[in-house]
Amino acid sequence: MSDKTTSVGSKLHVDREHAMHLLTEMLRIRRFEERCAELYTEEKIRGFLHLYIGEEAVAVGVMQALTGDDTVLATYREHGHALARGLPMRALMAEMYGKQAGVSGGRGGSMHLFDMKRRFYGGSAIVGGGIPLAVGLALADKMQQRDRITVCFFGEGAAAEGAFHESLNLAALWHLPVLFVCENNLYAMGTALERSESETDIARKAASYRIASAAVDGMDVIAVEVAARQALSAVRAGQGPRFLECRTYRFRAHSMFDAQLYRDKGEVEAWKQKGPVLRFAHWLTETGLLDDAGQERIEAGIAAELQDAVAFAEGAAWEPVEELTRHVCTERPA
Amino acid sequence: MSVQTIETTYREAVREAIRDALKRDSRVFLMGEDVGRYGGCYAVSKGLIDEFGPERIRDTPLSECGFTGAGIGAALGGMRPIVEIMTVNFSLLALDQIVNNAATLLHMSGGQCSVPLVIRMASGAGKQLAAQHSHSLEGWYAHVPGLKVVAPATLEDARGMLWTALEDPDPVVIFEHVMLYNRGGTLAVDAGPVPIEGAAVLRAGTDLSLITYGGSVFKTLEAAEALAGQGIDAEVLDLRSLRPLDDHTLMTSVTKTHRAVIVDEGWRTGSLAAEISARIMEQAFWTLDAPVVRVCSAEVPIPYPKHLEDAAVPQVSGIVAAARRALGR
Repeated sequence: MSDKTTSVGSKLHVDREHAMHLLTEMLRIRRFEERCAELYTEEKIRGFLHLYIGEEAVAVGVMQALTGDDTVLATYREHGHALARGLPMRALMAEMYGKQAGVSGGRGGSMHLFDMKRRFYGGSAIVGGGIPLAVGLALADKMQQRDRITVCFFGEGAAAEGAFHESLNLAALWHLPVLFVCENNLYAMGTALERSESETDIARKAASYRIASAAVDGMDVIAVEVAARQALSAVRAGQGPRFLECRTYRFRAHSMFDAQLYRDKGEVEAWKQKGPVLRFAHWLTETGLLDDAGQERIEAGIAAELQDAVAFAEGAAWEPVEELTRHVCTERPA
Repeated sequence: MSVQTIETTYREAVREAIRDALKRDSRVFLMGEDVGRYGGCYAVSKGLIDEFGPERIRDTPLSECGFTGAGIGAALGGMRPIVEIMTVNFSLLALDQIVNNAATLLHMSGGQCSVPLVIRMASGAGKQLAAQHSHSLEGWYAHVPGLKVVAPATLEDARGMLWTALEDPDPVVIFEHVMLYNRGGTLAVDAGPVPIEGAAVLRAGTDLSLITYGGSVFKTLEAAEALAGQGIDAEVLDLRSLRPLDDHTLMTSVTKTHRAVIVDEGWRTGSLAAEISARIMEQAFWTLDAPVVRVCSAEVPIPYPKHLEDAAVPQVSGIVAAARRALGR
């Protein structure tokens, strides 16, 4: 799948500080997700839990190209996007627990992370359901002449939904400032792409709406960042929407209830060997930017942050049940 | 004191409401299928594109899910969109966006994401448009927490509810019954915004309460006139807001008259009429002198032939008969 790979380190000047930042961000997601899986087995986290392990390079790479004023929408597998966007780990973990101190007040849980201050609009658990919202947010920016871009993440499974096609058409027709990012991890839950789509080249679908599109190796954080910067500069220059397909792979089960009967272990192992963290850390070591002590320092920092986040979530209060019917209608000052 | 009035129609009152909103607030725009060059399926927005341009009177492709979702997104982005969906039947293509996004975003985000969106759609039977253009699904929408649902029946409400709905921070769905668009009458020259909550007593009476909304309001008023000729003094309530329901006004009336007939163009099973009947049981049972009576649509998709369409939905004669039943006559 990585025939169009942009090799690690090309086309972007990566200084040591930025390289460490990318590695740290991917590792923060990796360790957060691993901890979430543990907390799920401890029944601290309930409901559906979809882990982003294996796909970290996509969210981290794309987020580098955004400003704080841009808008982000993601899916139900969005812990990584939220972390990479800068949502505090404490409030994210509290949301996993369903505590009131969570980013969504505990009402959303794993699949519905929101943070208006950071322009993070969820957290949608209807496949494709967030894509029309991205079109509308971008339309609002265009109509109000704001210099802002909306980035919308979704999986390749969304390409089978009408909302995907309707939204791409609208964005192209109205020339809207949107970057569509397809995280193609090859499986819509358990259904392989070739078993569900007549045209498996997702970027070609976007191109059929006259949206300039590119496919990139989604396991290569630098390649993703480069591609995102290129696409976003075109969008910022008023050239209309762009589409970026990131070819990636989910290492863990779809959710915690998935026995993974639809793919063999060899395939998973093969993808793990080209995993985004492993590969980038290896490259950094080869180029002398990273040594064991350096990696340990990063891991220790993340472990401390994670420990603090879990302690915060554990200690946070439950919302009083008397507040059950809040947040149905907007609360206006009396 | 005499009020200056004009002769107008429901359609013109809605158009004037849209025009007024577009003038009041630069964030307001109208979006939907054929709202621009065509002038609107029911000619509501005729001429507005010339006055406000194609950016604000925005024609969309036939993508109900896409443009309704875009309306939600635009509302999140600070605009005040009016999304027009041609008929309630087509709104089913946008139901995911309305129920899963518009109605839930505020809650899922813990109170962060208000969606100040207005969706207008035509509903109801009477134009022989058969089983995919004629239904009354107001009750479905009224079922959903997070939405406000209104059914303007009078010219005052057609003219006045839109602006109030646009000022509301949450999504408001406005149902315009197709048989009301041509309805004429007089409207105060200075008619303006009206509340979107609260039922109205359109005709005071003492013998029984006729409770209705939307396209059945004028049939019910006509029935009340017929009943008056038979010595029966009926009170007529227009619900106006279908969510939330105005329990106070309903129970005040029923407590006074001790009898209630509910007229609802929705199908009887699981209808708004069923909901109102249940509320009367819960809140005013001991004041009743007779069982609540419902006049609803027959349990059939709306048929094309005129005589069958008429038979499928509430009519004046049926309302009169139901009222007499409630009175034991």
